[in-house]
Amino acid sequence: MEDFLNMGGYARFVWPAYGLATAVFAWNLWSAIRLHTQAREQARRRAATLPTGAARSTTENR
Amino acid sequence: MATWTWFHKLASPPHVYRIAGQLLPWFAIPAVALLAAGIYGGLVLAPPDYQQGDAFRIIYVHAPSAWLSLMCYTVMAVAAAVGLIWRMKLAHALAAATAPIGASFALLCLATGSLWGRPMWGTWWEWEARLTSQLLLFFLYLGYMALRAAFDDLQRADRASALLAIVGVVNVPIIHFSVYWWHSLHQASTVLRKGGPAMPMSMLTPLLMCFAGFTLAYAALACVRLRGEVLRRERQAAWLGELE
Repeated sequence: MEDFLNMGGYARFVWPAYGLATAVFAWNLWSAIRLHTQAREQARRRAATLPTGAARSTTENR
Repeated sequence: MATWTWFHKLASPPHVYRIAGQLLPWFAIPAVALLAAGIYGGLVLAPPDYQQGDAFRIIYVHAPSAWLSLMCYTVMAVAAAVGLIWRMKLAHALAAATAPIGASFALLCLATGSLWGRPMWGTWWEWEARLTSQLLLFFLYLGYMALRAAFDDLQRADRASALLAIVGVVNVPIIHFSVYWWHSLHQASTVLRKGGPAMPMSMLTPLLMCFAGFTLAYAALACVRLRGEVLRRERQAAWLGELE
């Protein structure tokens, strides 16, 4: 296990590379979900203010 | 006839919103499985390189992120061109959805490359063709996103940023061929080369899994972002009231 963590003496290059990769994936996940949730909230609010007949009430579909 | 129905459906926001949601698990689940298997294979199962020792294991995150940064830019430029030529706002939505993903992987490619360059070349950074053109790619992504953010009107943002995306695509082949066109510090392709990959299967298989995993992860992330972008572009549609 210690050998594995040591990465043949290159631990200080290999592990930060994998750490950064994890961070990039985590950021992408968070950012994509946030974009979608915010856009959906805004769309719901817009739909609620549309003239009757153009959209059904948002509450009706929850 | 059937082709046109398909094309028209692609221009329908509720249809694209639904399809992107349905496709999501088909991309996300294999992406997680391939990434887990590829990283495990790369870090644990693959033998150390005979020259680079264990430092070569950085390849399993570096090369796929380089590939993804180039693929994303190409997708973005093609989608932007389709949006501009056929006035298809969903194509612009796909371009806008792709840009931040591509930018993040371009940055990951630069950072992991730097971490690999230090022990192998003795330097974190060198102003040579491959590294400089990859840095330019990252700046093109930033420029594209900054230009979009400068407009309040989404349609104007779509059109202006599309031009930048299309012009910048010349950089993509420059990055790929830079190691052949100029004398470069960076090594040439290991996988896509004449005579087949220069790697034993125990090293190559996890690498191919990582390439596939990164690509599918892009597809899954793009589905989520595209759904968001579609909603942002819909101002008055009745279907917005029916969101689950």
